[in-house]
Amino acid sequence: MTVSRTTRIALFGALGLGLAVIYFPLLVVLLNSVNADTTFGWPPSRFTLEWWSRAVGNQGALEALWTSVRAGLAATGIALVLGTMAAFALQRFRFFGRDSVSLLIILPIALPGIVTGIALNNAFRTVLGIDLGLLTVVIAHATFCIVVVFNNVIARLRRLGGNLEEASMDLGANGVTTFRLVTFPMLRSALLAGGLLAFALSFDEIIVTTFTLGAGLETLPIWILNNLFRPNQAPIVNVVAAVLIVVSTVPVYLAQRLSGDTASGGRI
Amino acid sequence: MSPNQAPSLAVQDPAGERAGRDAEPAVRLRALRKAFGPVTAVDGVDLDIAQGEFFSMLGPSGSGKTTVLRMIAGFELPTSGTVELAGRDVSTLAPFQRDVNTVFQDYALFPHMNVLANVEYGLRVKRVPRAQRRERALEALRTVRLEDFAGRKPSQLSGGQRQRVALARALVNRPRVLLLDEPLGALDLKLRQAMQVELKQIQREVGITFVFVTHDQDEALTMSDRIAVFNNGAIEQVGSPVEVYERPASAFVAGFVGTSNLLSGPAAEQVIGRRGIYSIRPEKIRIDADLAVPAQAGETSATGAVTSVVYAGATVRYEVSLDAGGQLSVVRPNEGPAADALRLDGSRVRLVWRDEHSFRVAAGS
Repeated sequence: MTVSRTTRIALFGALGLGLAVIYFPLLVVLLNSVNADTTFGWPPSRFTLEWWSRAVGNQGALEALWTSVRAGLAATGIALVLGTMAAFALQRFRFFGRDSVSLLIILPIALPGIVTGIALNNAFRTVLGIDLGLLTVVIAHATFCIVVVFNNVIARLRRLGGNLEEASMDLGANGVTTFRLVTFPMLRSALLAGGLLAFALSFDEIIVTTFTLGAGLETLPIWILNNLFRPNQAPIVNVVAAVLIVVSTVPVYLAQRLSGDTASGGRI
Repeated sequence: MSPNQAPSLAVQDPAGERAGRDAEPAVRLRALRKAFGPVTAVDGVDLDIAQGEFFSMLGPSGSGKTTVLRMIAGFELPTSGTVELAGRDVSTLAPFQRDVNTVFQDYALFPHMNVLANVEYGLRVKRVPRAQRRERALEALRTVRLEDFAGRKPSQLSGGQRQRVALARALVNRPRVLLLDEPLGALDLKLRQAMQVELKQIQREVGITFVFVTHDQDEALTMSDRIAVFNNGAIEQVGSPVEVYERPASAFVAGFVGTSNLLSGPAAEQVIGRRGIYSIRPEKIRIDADLAVPAQAGETSATGAVTSVVYAGATVRYEVSLDAGGQLSVVRPNEGPAADALRLDGSRVRLVWRDEHSFRVAAGS
């Protein structure tokens, strides 16, 4: 499609403005993490790495990071197993209520976090009698992490069809061998993409976490929220936020690469 | 026959055992039925396919031919009836327990493996030693003239090349029966015709029983030793290409294999002299512009008016509306001046054919 010069300039202008609105504030966070002025006046006065060295030694931040990683890994693990199984069940078998089940699996990602949070909080404490702790966060995160794994896997399964597995069985491979040599290799990149997205979702979740985390535990986002308005912690918060920006960009970038290529040219 | 209960697919049978089994047909289907819910896809199929035969299952889509193939392969289990391979009942066995291999319509090559790995796959899962399976895979690739492509990924091959890889991947296992599910359907006409010749040649070389599913009657006629014509989940006729084409058993077969050219009702009574439905192949009919010449002994004739003339290059097709009622197509080689043929449009002619070329068919669907 060809567009006139004026249109092109206008479109690029709009694109630039849109991206600036999203990314300029993030840039400010990155700059402030090395801004020597504790009140973060603008423009930054002097450059310093003091906040970074203080953050590295900050016990609360490190503990929160560790909690976040554990919760994220556990929720991702659960999501990978259950999401894949659900995708197989819904893609490969026809059964009564199949469409409803599909909707029910996807719904949690659309539900407002505050609703999920309150509901799970109630269910854990009053109905099931489970004390809030890391486990309850893991379960809560898994409810929406499953969705991204499920979506990635079912999209891949749709594209593959069942033919490759039939071909494998036809050539003498039993079900286990077929899964090992054909199905799993074809799913690998979809699983990795789904897993990375699931981890990223869990890692920055705050609303549901607030309602399901046990007393005395903090995930990284919650630590940030709690420390944001304490004057002497504020510079460290900027550093943590800067780290989070980088850490969450990488998995999303990788996930996009993985779900984009590999199998796209591969449907033979 | 010696009972062979070994679940493993022996790569090479002891000679005696194979000889003992040669007496049995390669494939024997008995009262085979398959229902998907309320729909009966295959309804009582009995069939014997001999060792080394090139056997085609021909029919329109939805006629049940592919479902029969899938039951022989083991992808579908019969609702009732039995599938025997070389005398052994395999009706309930899984695909990997049957000594058959399939060439799929869309080839189903493994996209994450290169050509060689695809061809080696069957030997690999049967734990054939690496050196031996490499040798056999390369040999199979040589058979389909693709030995130079061993390192390519399937996505780097053309349609015809993928097709040949799929063939090599199946043949390398030396199956008792090779099943081919419309393997040429995705290829363009020229390539398809080339592959038809090549497939037939390969079949003769390897001597494996081929069961070939197609909806293309030309393909079935040119390649097969025998053809089964399917309609509505059942077999209408089994026979050699000549039998099926020259003596179709039913109106359906007459129409599906070649052009439907039927005389029925009063027209049949008047022209043939008997009741029933009669089929005449369009190229067996002669056109005579001279209405006065009497029919010779052993010939049938009918007069009518040419309603259309279609010029098709090598042949000319005439539609003739008979005075006795009904309509016949006539196909003549384009041997004289084309203008003469076209001039016949609208004129009255006499159609003549040998008595044995009009024959009675069952009504059927």
